[in-house]
Amino acid sequence: MQDPIAHSDSTVGRVEVKETTCYMCACRCGIRVHMRDGEVRYIDGNPNHPLNKGVICAKGSSGIMKQYSPGRITKPLRRKAGAERGASEFEAISWDEAFAMLEERLGRLRAEDPKKFALFTGRDQMQALTGLFAKQFGTPNYAAHGGFCSVNMAAGMIYTIGGSFWEFGGPDLDRAKLFVMIGTAEDHHSNPLKIAISEFKRRGGRFISVNPIRTGYSAIADEWVPIKPGTDGALLMAISHEILKQGLFDRDFLVRYTNSAELVIDDPARDDHGLFYRAEMHVEEGCFDPENKLWWDRNIDGPISTHTPGADPRLMGSYKLDMDEGIPVKPAFQLLKERLEPCTPEWAAEITGIPADTIRRLAHEMGVTARDQKIELPIPWTDCWDVEHPSVTGNPVAFHAMRGMAAHSNGFQTIRALGVLMTLLGTIDRPGGFRHKAPFPRPIPPCAKPPHGPEAVQPNTPLDGMPLGWPAKPEDLFVDADGGPVRIDKAFSWEYPLSVHGLMHNVITNAWRGDPYPIDTLFLFMANMAWNSSMNTSETRKMLVDKDVEGKYKIPFIVVCDTFASETVAFADLVLPDTSYLERHDALSMLDRPISEFDGPVDAVRIPVLPPKGECKPFQDVLIELGSRLKLPAFVTAEGERKYRDYPDFIVNYETSPGSGIGFLAGWRGKDGDQVLKGEPNPKQWEMYAKNGCVFHHELPPSYQYMRNWNKGYLHWARAHGMIRYAEPITIHLYSEVLQKFRLAAQGKWPGRQPPDRLRERVETYFDPLPFFHRPLEDQLVDTVRYPLNALTQRPMAMYHSWDSQNAWLRQIHSHNYLFVNPLVGKKHGFADGDWIWVESTLSKVRCMCRFSEAVEPGTVWTWNAIGKANGAWGLGSNADESRKGFLLNHLISEELPPSEAGEHLSNSDPVTGQAAWFDVRVRVYKAAPDEPRVTSPQFDAMPRLPGQEKQRGKWQAYMAGVFGKK
Amino acid sequence: MHPAFSVIFLTTLLGAGQGLFLAIFTGQLYSVARFLPTQDDQFYALGSLVALVLLVVGLGASFFHLGRPERAWRSAAMWRTSWLSREVILLPILMLFVFAYGVAHWMEWTQPWFRIGEVLNVDATLIFGLLGTIASFALFVATAMIYASVKFLQEWHSTFTVANFTLLGMASGFMLAAAYSAYIGNPLVAFFGTWAVLLTLGALVSRVAHLRRNARLKHKSTVQTAIGVRHTAVVQKAQGAMGGSFNTREFFHGRSDSTVRLVRNSFLILVFPVPILLISAAYLIESTSLPILAFVIQYLGLIAERWYFFAEAKHPQNLYYQSVA
Amino acid sequence: MTQLALVIDLNVCVGCHACVTSCKEWNTSGWAGPLVDQNPYDGSPTGTFFNRVQTFEVGVFPNTETVHFPKSCLHCEEPPCVPVCPTGASHKRADNGIVLVDYDKCIGCKYCSWACPYGARELDEQEKVMKKCTLCIDRITDATLSDRDRQPACVLACPTSARLYGDVHDPDSEVSVAIRERGGYQLMPEWGTKPANHYLPRRTTRLYISPDELMRVDNPLRKEDLTNYTGEETLDDVAW
Repeated sequence: MQDPIAHSDSTVGRVEVKETTCYMCACRCGIRVHMRDGEVRYIDGNPNHPLNKGVICAKGSSGIMKQYSPGRITKPLRRKAGAERGASEFEAISWDEAFAMLEERLGRLRAEDPKKFALFTGRDQMQALTGLFAKQFGTPNYAAHGGFCSVNMAAGMIYTIGGSFWEFGGPDLDRAKLFVMIGTAEDHHSNPLKIAISEFKRRGGRFISVNPIRTGYSAIADEWVPIKPGTDGALLMAISHEILKQGLFDRDFLVRYTNSAELVIDDPARDDHGLFYRAEMHVEEGCFDPENKLWWDRNIDGPISTHTPGADPRLMGSYKLDMDEGIPVKPAFQLLKERLEPCTPEWAAEITGIPADTIRRLAHEMGVTARDQKIELPIPWTDCWDVEHPSVTGNPVAFHAMRGMAAHSNGFQTIRALGVLMTLLGTIDRPGGFRHKAPFPRPIPPCAKPPHGPEAVQPNTPLDGMPLGWPAKPEDLFVDADGGPVRIDKAFSWEYPLSVHGLMHNVITNAWRGDPYPIDTLFLFMANMAWNSSMNTSETRKMLVDKDVEGKYKIPFIVVCDTFASETVAFADLVLPDTSYLERHDALSMLDRPISEFDGPVDAVRIPVLPPKGECKPFQDVLIELGSRLKLPAFVTAEGERKYRDYPDFIVNYETSPGSGIGFLAGWRGKDGDQVLKGEPNPKQWEMYAKNGCVFHHELPPSYQYMRNWNKGYLHWARAHGMIRYAEPITIHLYSEVLQKFRLAAQGKWPGRQPPDRLRERVETYFDPLPFFHRPLEDQLVDTVRYPLNALTQRPMAMYHSWDSQNAWLRQIHSHNYLFVNPLVGKKHGFADGDWIWVESTLSKVRCMCRFSEAVEPGTVWTWNAIGKANGAWGLGSNADESRKGFLLNHLISEELPPSEAGEHLSNSDPVTGQAAWFDVRVRVYKAAPDEPRVTSPQFDAMPRLPGQEKQRGKWQAYMAGVFGKK
Repeated sequence: MHPAFSVIFLTTLLGAGQGLFLAIFTGQLYSVARFLPTQDDQFYALGSLVALVLLVVGLGASFFHLGRPERAWRSAAMWRTSWLSREVILLPILMLFVFAYGVAHWMEWTQPWFRIGEVLNVDATLIFGLLGTIASFALFVATAMIYASVKFLQEWHSTFTVANFTLLGMASGFMLAAAYSAYIGNPLVAFFGTWAVLLTLGALVSRVAHLRRNARLKHKSTVQTAIGVRHTAVVQKAQGAMGGSFNTREFFHGRSDSTVRLVRNSFLILVFPVPILLISAAYLIESTSLPILAFVIQYLGLIAERWYFFAEAKHPQNLYYQSVA
Repeated sequence: MTQLALVIDLNVCVGCHACVTSCKEWNTSGWAGPLVDQNPYDGSPTGTFFNRVQTFEVGVFPNTETVHFPKSCLHCEEPPCVPVCPTGASHKRADNGIVLVDYDKCIGCKYCSWACPYGARELDEQEKVMKKCTLCIDRITDATLSDRDRQPACVLACPTSARLYGDVHDPDSEVSVAIRERGGYQLMPEWGTKPANHYLPRRTTRLYISPDELMRVDNPLRKEDLTNYTGEETLDDVAW
């Protein structure tokens, strides 16, 4: 061999290095793609990128294998005439034919009834465009995957503190001293969180993980607190109870920056019971919380306008206002105190399985750290009430939480409880606590609203309202005169009023049943709804092929756009081949879910490093083309001429409204590229991104980096740059008046819209203005003695946010999955480590192998999600481990609750937000019979290879860039 | 360890070949010392040819073990440090001497080259035989040391390994010599048979002692030392490669404990008592076929013995490859 | 003499496998490539990797620790795999202490793998030669790369910086300091192989709160010291 020291990669073949943005998961790190003779040689992290600072994860490093996977679809495909849907018999067609089909069909639907067209996308971060398309089309039936991902986290936090975890905010581990992570799997904000946790630990920070399972991040926690799934709310309530009891809350923060001291009308007889008492004064109208509320001042022992200089309000007590013959009022904090009183550590210990002493100790650690390790930064800033602060202070206790809390039907209130605890500790947008990321904080709730009724949907007309939004009161719901849903997924109806991300998980069932109405065309982008993205997968697959009495498909036309031959592709009538992330332009936009940092807005782009494979076409270009052909107003000129050549042209030139100066990309705006966030279109914008590593990072001055909910300078800057509409303080909703308005409606006290009778009790119960713990809905409705275990899934880090079975390297790390059980469970049910077992829920059962683990709480069983695959999908061979030994837990999870008085077909979701309650599922386990086959169950007929798909690779694959494709 | 049949055949065939050569030459020495009647040169020539064939076939088997047999010539390079290299050098040397020995007998180069004392006429056969003997023993040591020198394969890292390879090789060689004699009707059957029995008994003692040692063996490496975590309960959950890797194929026999036990019991019966009984019976009833059967059975037993030798050895790397998840 | 090596910090390794695939990616197209995969899209996929991450559980519920454990060639100072190689293919470089295999000399006898107690070597089942971690020698010695990039791919990739790289013979190097100050240890010290790679153990940060820390004069509850008089009877009303 040549001496390696004499070897230099730069001399082998034609070398090029191009920068772009990763999309092996939703984390979106900056990458450098090293090419050799036109093939990808090496992908590493971009050292100058603010997000990943040069590091890269297992998936990012395996992008090559995704690029050259035989699972790629390369041609538009049409279901063969006469072939049954689901049999995966396709013929290749041209793009012209595909577009013609779509143009004809969608044009007709738009002219007749736009809501017959439903567009649902698995992957978000492209919602600014997909949502725009849906709105322009005029259909309300649009959402991304948030409803079955973590909408509870988004909604619970945004409705409380005006921001949320991951893209919109996170723990400031640079300055935290104590970090508490609750219900976070090995995922979400992948590389930045890994970087931050490791640096935090190196600095000597204390890391506590609350989780039924100890893997991933929890593995390196200083303390693991195993908890029973779905009981986090009880834990948080008990911690808050102890914090209140010991006086470990940040009183000054609560008074000034939250609604804790604001007086709530406390007279159940009154129609405005539970609302803030609002003084008569002139207030601006807008989607912000006007400052016409009162404190009870301890000096004058009477009411006073909030934030009156010199006032010192009471947090506790009950009072009577003089007006209207004495209105009983209490500070919101008093109501919280009353709520927390019975939530003792002993009460929570029973529910959570965590000893009361541990709960008490956790509370003390949080409270004492927050109180005694205060951070003071010499950064002067001015608050919204013109008080100048010489420094920024912070209480160094940081939290992070994700789907473990969110994917329960009590998740919204649990996350509200977390928001309240973080608030009690005084850690919101302060150093060492929670920090916002642009464009957050936003008003509580943000201004965008869904349409308000069926009249918003009109033929050949854009939707009147945003397809998704943030209801603030019953009038904001998207319901008909009877209070019934207008959307196919029933989002923003009384069943799930605050379903701000929609309910993608119920679309197929609802469309199949024709409830609330049948649709014609279901367009799925990058969503594996016939497999791991659906609950009740086996039945969903049947619904997709079910026919009515006339022999017509109940869902008449299904379009699937994907890069790979996923399970869902088999159920399409029309398949559109998407490109890989290395083959397309993308904008990771401030209009959507950008990659901002704590210190300011960041957005990024992708620029192709490779030509599209075969006839693949970026989905964005498909939308621009369709929008132009259908003459949707945003995509054509007043004369009906096509406005944008393609997606890159659209990204540069589109403005949210003519002359708004706000477009998809925030960087290098203005004719000369010298403006940020707002400014005229810049024809050279792409080049400028390319020159700067495909990322734009605007670092705010330090005085704008903290306390942004109430930071006058920041809020005015944000308004001037088009990020928010009002430079008004965003007061934290310790007490949620928004929720109380819905509750009043359910109680018949709200003058406006009220829920249908069957839902009154449900809305009244769950729209509690104060956080509370309740058992998950499934627990309330199934026999928990017969089904004693909770079953959870999480995605392994090496396959986080992407189903990578088509990836030759990653699938060697996870080729199949086991059900992890505590050995005590095996002992009790008579099976051993590695045995084949059945896992059964009320809905169905799956057969799989088990693996004993001491790192799982004995009431919980769990497995890696989306490792199991249907036979033949994703370009895998028929003996692939994924289908023979891998399994999917989804078969066990119902998409609907058992019928109850509240409804026959309620979604198995959070009653507030419609968040899919994946983690509520209860199961039992038992050993498989010795004569049963040693394969997982259920099995499905093998999916044949598609036209245009590469033939099965042989036994060997020796990837060497530059020569691989030539072999 | 995963028992590879190429290596099993290599070591057992070489052993039998070396043993046969030693037996034939022992026969010659006895006749030189006049303890035995002199045989005709054909007997020695043919015997060493059989030994040579075994060595060649053994060598052939070894090629199946190599990934790149066309480069086998390179393997002599590191004789200073590698017992494998030494084996590779010694084997052709031995083959050369065996060949020369056979040729010398065949060509009847029995003219003395010189004389030691009054009685010992030193001719080419004696010189080649002596050199071959030295080479044989050296090869036994080299072959065994390939295994015995790997100190963390504690089952192998023992002088018993050298003793067993030598004694079992010799036993099977003498057994073959008896079979060979019986086959061609040579009266040395009893001589070789007796030696074969003695060597088999010697091997039995050594092999059983080795088994007993290994049964009591305390492995120095544990999962605790493997990852450096001090705790009584350390269990691997995931080895990082669910479809397996070279490490899971090369170092695990993949058989149940009961299979391994069965193989051990089989070789203990087939290598030791059965051939001894057969040879003894052959002596009593003057059978010419029983010695052949005795050798065949002992050789089959040696295949099992060598399989077990590999299967028994627990490589410390296995501590890193305990579980898939 | 220089002895380049990795120091792996188990205190921060979250088991993400970034080092596993970044290594595979760099090396399959590099000096030491290709790294062949067998059954890449079918049953029991298996291939050559220079680096693996494994998972161990320590202790019994609820006192369980999950340990992620990356493992690659340890570049022993007394590498048992080198002297046993009959061809000299397996060698330890004098200039930097890296243990390498010359594929052109390797005959695929696998003896070196038997002689490695750590299972650090993997046979390429297609090319039939032994392969192993090269410490990315074709990166770290490539003068055309920037200083920052002149590191092993796994080190550059690692999101938690759990992999330190440097000369363990230089007492002032980052790796030597880490070994010294943070209890760096070697695997299977019982064999005297003197692995150059070291591991840093888990350490636990605890917080001790004494009861008096819960009582403070500035306790905000003291501000809420009022009671409400709502007309109920008191001693003032009945006593004299």
